[in-house]
Amino acid sequence: MTAAAPSTPVALQARGIVKSYGATQALCGVDFTVSGGAVNVLIGENGAGKSTLMRILVGVEQADQGELLLDGTPVTFGSVRDAARQGIGIVFQELNLCPNLSVVENIFLGRNAGRGFQIDRPAERARAAEVLQRLRADIGLDTLVGDLRIGQQQIVEIARALVEDARILILDEPTSALSESEVTTLFQIIAELKRNGVGIVYISHRLEELMRIGDHITVMRDGAVVASVPVAAASIPWIVEHMLGEDGVLPPRVSTRAPGAPVLEIEEVTVRRPDGAALVEQVSLRARAGEIVAIYGLLGAGRTELLEYCCGARAGEGVVRLNGVRIDGLSIAERVEQRLLLVPEDRQREGLFPNLHVGSNLSLSFLSRLAPRGILSPRAEAQAVDRMIGRLGIKARSGETPIAALSGGNQQKVVIGRCLMRGPAAILLDEPSRGIDVGARAEVFEAMRALSADGIAILFTTSDLIEALTIADHIVVMAAGRVTASLATSGADQTMLVRAANNVPLERDDQSQLATHSFP
Amino acid sequence: MATTSTSLVSPGRSSPIAALIRLRALIALLTVFVFFAVLAPHFLSVGSLLITAKHIAIIAVLGIGMTYVVLTGGIDLSVGSIVGLAGMVAGSLILNGLTLTMLGLVIYPSVPLVLLVVVLLGGAIGLANGTLVTRFGVAPFIATLGMLYIARGAALLLSGGATFPNLVGDPELGNEGFPLLSASRVLGIPTPVVIMIVLASLAAFVAARTPFGRYVYAVGGNARAAMLSGVRVNRIKTVVYVISGMCAALVGALVASDLVSAHPASGETFELSAIAAVVLGGASLAGGRGTIGGTIIGACVIGTLSDGMVMMGVSEFWQMVIKGTVIVAAVILDQLQGRLGGASNRG
Repeated sequence: MTAAAPSTPVALQARGIVKSYGATQALCGVDFTVSGGAVNVLIGENGAGKSTLMRILVGVEQADQGELLLDGTPVTFGSVRDAARQGIGIVFQELNLCPNLSVVENIFLGRNAGRGFQIDRPAERARAAEVLQRLRADIGLDTLVGDLRIGQQQIVEIARALVEDARILILDEPTSALSESEVTTLFQIIAELKRNGVGIVYISHRLEELMRIGDHITVMRDGAVVASVPVAAASIPWIVEHMLGEDGVLPPRVSTRAPGAPVLEIEEVTVRRPDGAALVEQVSLRARAGEIVAIYGLLGAGRTELLEYCCGARAGEGVVRLNGVRIDGLSIAERVEQRLLLVPEDRQREGLFPNLHVGSNLSLSFLSRLAPRGILSPRAEAQAVDRMIGRLGIKARSGETPIAALSGGNQQKVVIGRCLMRGPAAILLDEPSRGIDVGARAEVFEAMRALSADGIAILFTTSDLIEALTIADHIVVMAAGRVTASLATSGADQTMLVRAANNVPLERDDQSQLATHSFP
Repeated sequence: MATTSTSLVSPGRSSPIAALIRLRALIALLTVFVFFAVLAPHFLSVGSLLITAKHIAIIAVLGIGMTYVVLTGGIDLSVGSIVGLAGMVAGSLILNGLTLTMLGLVIYPSVPLVLLVVVLLGGAIGLANGTLVTRFGVAPFIATLGMLYIARGAALLLSGGATFPNLVGDPELGNEGFPLLSASRVLGIPTPVVIMIVLASLAAFVAARTPFGRYVYAVGGNARAAMLSGVRVNRIKTVVYVISGMCAALVGALVASDLVSAHPASGETFELSAIAAVVLGGASLAGGRGTIGGTIIGACVIGTLSDGMVMMGVSEFWQMVIKGTVIVAAVILDQLQGRLGGASNRG
C-alpha cells in the first residue's frame, strides 16, 4: 500500500520484506521507501514491526524474503559495518557509546582512520572537528563521553554516522531521553542534514514532533504498512486511527463491580536521575481493591521508574501505602512480605531465572511458605506449581519443563504466576504485553481481569492505548514524569489521551530554557 | 518431582552424545581410575587408596563451599590461604595455648574447642569476603584475591614463618588427640572421608530441599530477578562466602592433623584445585548451574589424577600440564553441552 512516489529522489527502497521469529511473523511483506533530502517518519505501536524493519535496513538482521534497493541496485548488508560502509547509519534508541573514551575515540570506534595498526590521530581529529562543526555542536574533542549530557551523546552518535558520509540516517526514538531544548537542537541538525541531501528515517511515538519535522509519514500495524502519505495530508486523528486500526473501536472495559477500599496509594512521588533531573515528579495515584489502573504514556514518561520506586527497587521520595500502611521505607523483600509484587518490564533481564525450570521459577517468592520447618516439601511445591499452571493456563508439560522452552507469552505468565503464588494485595505490571504475540496478550489480559475479580489491586503500564482502554477501569496518563490526565475509562477520549501523553508541561520547558546557556 | 531444582539439564529427548557429555565427569573418573589401576603399580593397594581418598576429601570439602560460591556467580580465591591460617591457629592453640595477659595465665583449649575456634575463624573471614562483595561492591575475584594475601600473611605472622611441629598435645593439659582427626577411622573409613560424605550429603540436601538452596541458584541465575522477587540477595551472597570459609578452615585443621604439624605455606594453590573440581563437576562459573554431587566427582578426578601420576612417577612438571589440559577439556565439553542443551530446548 505504498503511496505514489514522493517528489524527492528515492535513495533506499525495501520491497516485500518478510521476517518471522519462530511462529511469530514480525513483518509480512513490507514496502518502505526512504527519500533523500527528506524526513521519512515511521510510526506504529510497540510490536508493529518498526524496529525489526530498521534492523533489516541496517544489516543487523536479514530478511526472510524481499529485497533492498540502494539507488535502484539490489544490495544485501551482512552487518551494521557493511551497511555503514554503503552510507546507511543508525542511531539506536539506546546509545552505543563507550563512556570511558573521548569524543574522537568514540566517533572513530571500529572505523579508525590510518593504515594497519597505526591510527592516524591528526586526521581523525580534523575529520571529527569538521563533522561536529557541521552539526554546530560545541563539544570538546577530548571530553570523555561519560561526562556529556544525553543530548550531546546523541550528537556524538550522529557524528559517528556522518564521518562515514552516511546518506541515510535512521534515528530510532531519538527524543525519548532529551530535554526540550535538546530536541530543538536535534531538529536544527536534522534540517541541516536534510538540506545536504541526507535521507532521514525518523521513528517516534510523539505525534506532534512528527507533524513538525516529517515530510512523509508511514504508519505500520501488526507487521504491515497500513498507510504512507505526505505529512501535509495527515493529521493527528488520522494517524491515531491508522495506528490503532479497526480494533480501535473496541468497547472500553465495563466495570462489573464497585471498586473496594484503596489498596495501593502513591502520594507525591519524585524520582531523580543522579544528575538531579526529575524522572518522576510529584506523582500521586491510587488503586483500589479489584481495580485495574493503567498508566499510559510514551517511552521515557517515567512509568517504569515510578513502579520501581513503589516496589523498592529505586530510590526517590514520596509516600507509598499498602492497605493504609506506609511501606516506602521497607526493603524489596519486606514489601514482598507485605504482598506488593512487581512484574518487571524486561522479562529476560529482570523476571526469569534461565537456569531454573518452570516450577522453581513460579515458586520462588513463595518458598518460605512451602518450607514450614525450613525444609521444602516437594509434594506441596509440585501441587502449588500445578495449580498455578492450571489457573493461568501456562502451556508447559509440567513444572519440570525448562523455562527457555516456553513462548514469550507463557514466560510472562510464569512471572505473573510467581507474584500470584504469594497471594498479593497489589500487583504492579510494567508493560505486561511487551514482546508477546497477540493471542498470548489476550490471555495475559484475561488473567489480569480474573485477578481483579479476586479483589487484587492492579497497576500496569502500557504505551498501547487500546490496551489501556480495554483492560483498565481507570487511566492515568504520564508525560515527562508527571501525571497529565487521570480519568475513568468510560469517559476517555482517544485523541485526548494521545495528546495528554504527548504533553510536555510548561515548567519543564522553562527549566530547559535555563539550561540552554551551558549548551548553545 | 520438583525435588531436583539441581537437575537443570532438560530431560526428554537427548542424543547418546548429549548423554555422554552430561556424564562426562563420571566417565572421566572411571577412565582415570581404570588407567591408573592398570598402569600404576600399587594404585589399587588398600594403603594407597586410603591416602588418595584423604586427598580427595580435602579437595572435596573445599569444593563444597566453593560450589555454593560459584553457584551465586562468585568465586573464592582465599580458601587456600584460609587452609594455611586455620592450620597455624590450630597449631598455635595446641602448642602455645591462649595467653590471657590480663589474668596472667595460659589456657590450653581441648581439641574440639580448637576445631570450633578454627571453623569460626574461617566463617569470620568468609563474612569479611561476603561483606566486601555485597556492602562495598568489590568484585568477588578481587575481594577474595585480597583476602588470599591477607590470610596468608597472617598465617606467616603467627609464627614468623616457622612451622608449629609435633602437634600431639599433652594429656596433662587435656589437649591431646589432634592427629586423630585425620588418622582415626569410623567403621574402617578414614575420618576425613567420613567428614566429606557427611558434609556433601548435608550440602546437597540444603541445595535441593531448602529455600536457601533454591535462592542460591536463583541469585546465580538472575540476581536482579531474585531481588525483585523478594530474595535477600546480599544475605545469600554473604552466607555462601561464610560457608566456603568454614569449609576451608576445616580443611586447614585436617591438613595440619594429617601432618601433625602446621606450616604457614600449607594450602597454597588449593583454591585452584577446588575451582577445578567445581568446574569439572559441571558447574558454570557464570553462576546458577552446578551440583554438589558433580563437585565430589570432580574432586575424585583431580585427586585420583594427582596421586596416580605421582605413583606412576610422572614428573611434577608434566603433572601440571596434564591437569591443566583436563580442566580446559572439561570446560570445552561444558560449552558443548550448553549448546546441545540450548538447541533441544528451543526445538
